[in-house]
Amino acid sequence: MSSGLAIARSRFRLADAFDELLAGIFARPTRSLLTTLGTVLGLASLIVTVGLSRTAGSQIIDQFNELQASQVMVTARSSGRDEAVGRLPWAVEARLDRLNGVVASGAVADVPNPGRVRTVSVVDPTDDHAVTVPVVAASSGVLAAVRGHVAAGRWFDEGHVQRADRVAVIGVNLAQDLGIRRLDVQPGLYIGEHFFSVIGIVDEALRDRGFLGSVMITSTAAEQVFDVRRPERVVIEVELGAGEVIAAQAPVALSPSAPETLAVVAPNMPQAARDRVAGEVNSLFVLLGLVSLVVGAIGIANVTLVTVIERTREIGLRRALGARQRHIAGQFLGESAAIGLIGGIVGASVGVIIVVVVSAAKGWTPVLDPWMPFLAPPAGALVGLLAGAYPAVRAARLEPVEALRGQS
Amino acid sequence: MSENGRGPSVISLRKVSRVFDTTPPVAAVRDVDLEIAAGEYVAIVGPSGSGKSTLLNLLGLLDRPTSGTYLLDGHDVGRLSDAQRAGVRAERLGFVFQAFHLIGHRSALENVMFGGMYRGVRRNERRDRALAALDRVGLSHRAGFRPDRLSGGEQQRVAVARALAVRPSILLCDEPTGNLDSVTTDSIMSLLDGLVADGLTICLITHDPGVAARAQRRVRIIDGWLTEVADEVAVR
Repeated sequence: MSSGLAIARSRFRLADAFDELLAGIFARPTRSLLTTLGTVLGLASLIVTVGLSRTAGSQIIDQFNELQASQVMVTARSSGRDEAVGRLPWAVEARLDRLNGVVASGAVADVPNPGRVRTVSVVDPTDDHAVTVPVVAASSGVLAAVRGHVAAGRWFDEGHVQRADRVAVIGVNLAQDLGIRRLDVQPGLYIGEHFFSVIGIVDEALRDRGFLGSVMITSTAAEQVFDVRRPERVVIEVELGAGEVIAAQAPVALSPSAPETLAVVAPNMPQAARDRVAGEVNSLFVLLGLVSLVVGAIGIANVTLVTVIERTREIGLRRALGARQRHIAGQFLGESAAIGLIGGIVGASVGVIIVVVVSAAKGWTPVLDPWMPFLAPPAGALVGLLAGAYPAVRAARLEPVEALRGQS
Repeated sequence: MSENGRGPSVISLRKVSRVFDTTPPVAAVRDVDLEIAAGEYVAIVGPSGSGKSTLLNLLGLLDRPTSGTYLLDGHDVGRLSDAQRAGVRAERLGFVFQAFHLIGHRSALENVMFGGMYRGVRRNERRDRALAALDRVGLSHRAGFRPDRLSGGEQQRVAVARALAVRPSILLCDEPTGNLDSVTTDSIMSLLDGLVADGLTICLITHDPGVAARAQRRVRIIDGWLTEVADEVAVR
């Protein structure tokens, strides 16, 4: 019938829906507040659990352990006759740094029998400060991979490597021995008969303190001058916890055709210690948090159901004024979701505060993934939404006539 | 269509029945024909259980007839979807209930502002209409009061204002004075008289003969059968 087309369907503006939602929640503020408690407790205890176990786990790993836990070393396996079978490439940075979990990587080879090292600046032929020191061929990523720090000058860059420049970076201890204090005078040194310009001084190398007494030269110069063809080991700095994964992936990345010829040393001890502590704290409190969350959801469902019954006549009135079933369902769903959301916000705040306070009391540094607190409000809203679903459907299915007559 | 020449029919029921699906089935409304013209003031009277509430629910689109046609403002509302019927309620029907049905924690003004909420009228517009409606029922000075601070008569006035805020084609009143004493009843009835004088169409159900007497026209429903009451001129 054409007349039907002239009839508009009823509609409920979003702004009005929002107003009604707030009015519904603040009509009984105490009840709404109490209803949020379960969600608050649940989400707060989840955040405290994860936060404290992360915090505690981080304390186990002191700096020494942390260095171990974040290091993966790859070497070529040797055959019975002390001859390396596996072949490592020099350009490890390009192959490894794109693996997820790798922070830095670099390849190193000791230069065999480099000859004595002496400076040219010393004129006295009777005491030319000649010393026997290790000479190391290193790729450009090594500095970061050993957590090194350049005190003066610079580390090699790709240009030095490509041109096979005769440049050297020396450790701070060696620099003292050689009497090199300043780089602006463009000091140089001889390794055997070969001259190298000193371009940098390293004063820190946490993973390999041997660097502090060594001369580091580029892989290409090492090959040209000393016939060093392949790196002996690859040092990889990984993110905490990524050790095992990288240990499995690195040989394939470095030697796709024969990964089994490479040997890997991966961290294990601190990982296990952390897991043990985390396990004890986690299982109990996560369970507690989830139980509180379920209790919270039941609480929201219960209160919303009671509210629906109390507001039966209001529902009837709204239907008479043109509300559709979906408007009614949406209103109650919105209210329970909002209560869950508020619970999530409060729970996240309480959880973060507890983590910080406990950490402060124990003298720990609080560690918490930044997304955790932001996940709590949507999680709370979801709990509210799920809890409100049944009451909302009940409310929507009320017959307007029955609802208007309603028990109240 | 209209019987008294006052204008086109607002409501037109043709052979409308409502049978409840119980065992045995109960016919609450049987083959009712009813024309209500624009500006008319009709009282539906009858003993309790006679079917007058069912009839009002049918008129208010809160219930669907089992058979027959219902034209509201010329539209066959029996064929509309639920969403459209809700739209009709939001746009053309004003309800006044015996129990007022005010929402306790909202002010009188906010209660009146519910009128038009479900037809997408903006808040400011609804506020203006609500203030005008409160003024019409003489309660401007009570706009900020909650229902529990108003007398019964005032509460029912707020409810009337809420119905007026819809700007309905017809005002449907279900025992509007059933909860009120005689003095307050009289004031509400005077208010309704005034609204009719303004041109509003009113259909009211009551079992109170005194209330029915103030309508221009009375129909009686007994056991679901509707009959016209003939004494309309004499009483008024």
